[in-house]
Amino acid sequence: MKKSFVGFKKAAGYLALAVGISSSLVGCSSGTNTSSGSGSTGKTEKKVEEIRVVAANHPWTESIKALLPEFEKETGIKVKVDSYFEDQLTQKTAVEFASNSKNIDVVMFRPLQDGKMFHKSGYFADMTDYVGKEKGYTDDFIPSSLGSVKDGEKVFGLPLVTETEVLYYRKDLLEKAGIEVPKTLEELEAAAKKLNDPAHGVSGFVARGKRAAAVTQFSSFLYGFGGDFMKDGKSAITAPEAIEAFNYYGNLLNKYGPKGTLNMSWPEAMAVFTQGKAAFYTDASSLFTNATDASKSTVADKVGFAPFPAGPNGTKPYVVTSWALGIGANSEKKDAAWKFIKWVESKEMVAKLQAEGNPGARISVWNSPEGTAKFPKDLAAAIAENGKSGTPYDRPVVINVGNARDTIGDVILAAIEGKDVKAAAEKADGEFQKILDSEK
Amino acid sequence: MTNWIDRNIKWVFTMPAVIFVALMMVMPVGYTFWLSFHDWNMSNVTPPLWVAFENYKVLFHDELFLKSLKLMFYFTIASVAIETVLGVGLAILMNQNIVGKGIVKTLFLLPMVATPVAVGLIWVLIYEPNIGIANVFLQKLGLPGQEWLTSQNLVMPSLIFIDVWEWTPMIALIVLAGLVSLPKDPYEAAMIDGANTWQSFSKITLPLLKPTLYSAILLRMIDALKTFDIIYATTQGGPGTSSQTINIYGYVLGFQYFKIGQASALLMVFFVIVLSISIFTILLRKRAGVNL
Repeated sequence: MKKSFVGFKKAAGYLALAVGISSSLVGCSSGTNTSSGSGSTGKTEKKVEEIRVVAANHPWTESIKALLPEFEKETGIKVKVDSYFEDQLTQKTAVEFASNSKNIDVVMFRPLQDGKMFHKSGYFADMTDYVGKEKGYTDDFIPSSLGSVKDGEKVFGLPLVTETEVLYYRKDLLEKAGIEVPKTLEELEAAAKKLNDPAHGVSGFVARGKRAAAVTQFSSFLYGFGGDFMKDGKSAITAPEAIEAFNYYGNLLNKYGPKGTLNMSWPEAMAVFTQGKAAFYTDASSLFTNATDASKSTVADKVGFAPFPAGPNGTKPYVVTSWALGIGANSEKKDAAWKFIKWVESKEMVAKLQAEGNPGARISVWNSPEGTAKFPKDLAAAIAENGKSGTPYDRPVVINVGNARDTIGDVILAAIEGKDVKAAAEKADGEFQKILDSEK
Repeated sequence: MTNWIDRNIKWVFTMPAVIFVALMMVMPVGYTFWLSFHDWNMSNVTPPLWVAFENYKVLFHDELFLKSLKLMFYFTIASVAIETVLGVGLAILMNQNIVGKGIVKTLFLLPMVATPVAVGLIWVLIYEPNIGIANVFLQKLGLPGQEWLTSQNLVMPSLIFIDVWEWTPMIALIVLAGLVSLPKDPYEAAMIDGANTWQSFSKITLPLLKPTLYSAILLRMIDALKTFDIIYATTQGGPGTSSQTINIYGYVLGFQYFKIGQASALLMVFFVIVLSISIFTILLRKRAGVNL
């Protein structure tokens, strides 16, 4: 009896050892298999290369996915696209890059949000040589757009999507009430007040109210009132013009906005507008297909666009490069990655994508009649008008943008809630200055 | 070889588990502890910089951190208290001989089985202030609609309500198991002595249930302390910072502000809190005369 138990013990012990050893060997054996396999086939046939593109949930990504077979046929390079919502994208890519993962070949990023931080952290491969090899390649890109992905002469990305803040409005509602399209912020407030009709489920105005998300769309209001986030490295959010802007924006949402704006980023605010529950909406131009596509919007044929209304200090809406493409620093397929970027950023592709509603950064495409042919006419006009006097950033230009946005977002929140804006701004001012000082 | 295994049999058997625990639990905690004394923003170029206790110092002067601590305790205590009372009630109900007991039991357990993120997203729709069913319901009753998750004052109670909805069944389940295994004789004796229902509940059922209740509360409390999914799926800590519990704040510090050192320090504080609560509860159980 005892003997058989010892035998059992031994057997179990061997089993445990065997499992442990074999599981540790699995990694090695599979590694040798693949390397020998590719070695033998590499001689006879072309190796199939696959690159991984990590992108945002954005109309551009939707468009490009449909066009990928063309690229795969042309180059034989397979493309795998992973897409995430903006905040998750920043987090996901940062974690992968920081762990020195080799798996990201092409990365879609926000130059104004993550650009500086990612570049400083060594996440991006240097693209200067790739871009330099193609003569005159960058001449066709909008200079300010290109500037947002460069550090001195070093290029770490190529601009992909440009946008500016425009006024979305409901043509039918304005017509019915006999109201002209507002040209100034004053007129906008008056019109929003007149059209605000909560009893029938229509608000006068909707825009982002969620802490960090609101900051970019608030920026055009801030510039219109003559304010800015910072001046000469000092926080400027307690300046009288800034306070006025905070009050104006908060007041508009507080009095004429729908319920629940405090939790609204663009998907929520856009939903309110496209469900026909708001008369005016200010947000990025690049999101327009959400409002004009009849499968997503109940008011698709009633949406009008106008340039951003002028404030007391004139009209200075942001005109920015919201998205860019870069190459992962640790990618082992940098050449293939560059081939992909070169392809999607080529004149023909940008023209094609822009025709589908993805505003790009190429001058020649914007100048050609086809470049804006599929845009609603009033939107194309509004984008052109904004471009004349635009501001090239929509958030504080710092390294730790996330922290700075939250800090300033607190003031917007206080304004929307009708709290003491001045006190909130003073509190945020101290914290914002601390961020600025820490980056000197 | 055989002899070696024979001599070290206890090590051979336990090794796989020990290696697993070391790799998957001790190492991450140790690394977090190490990071909490460094300043690092996830850069591949500049390595973590030793700053001693700076991260902890900054943390305890950070208004948002103190607020997040408060919110965490508020959330945990309120939801676990409500869940315990309702859970015991539910368990007693389900322990009676009612028609369709099996179906009722299954239905009550459904919320617990659902994925928290999906639960969160559904509740976002329910709480939606313009078209959500919660406000439609209130308005049918002639009450004014509320802003729920988008109101600074209502957001925490609204979240607690979700948690109670989702996790009361778990307490009920554990308590029900305890109830079923209770001996019958004390009740018979009490009945003969003329005890009424309330007396037999408070003098017999509750004391006998104590060990079960302690386990249920401990499990639920640790879970509630680290609630992340429901809050992140519904408000991400908003509006503003009014539902930013310590877990959400840690996430924000780490992955939105890239202050990895400070986020690690925060997690170490959190670790100590959870650990002391667990030890405290276990001591309580021991005093109640039960072994783990």
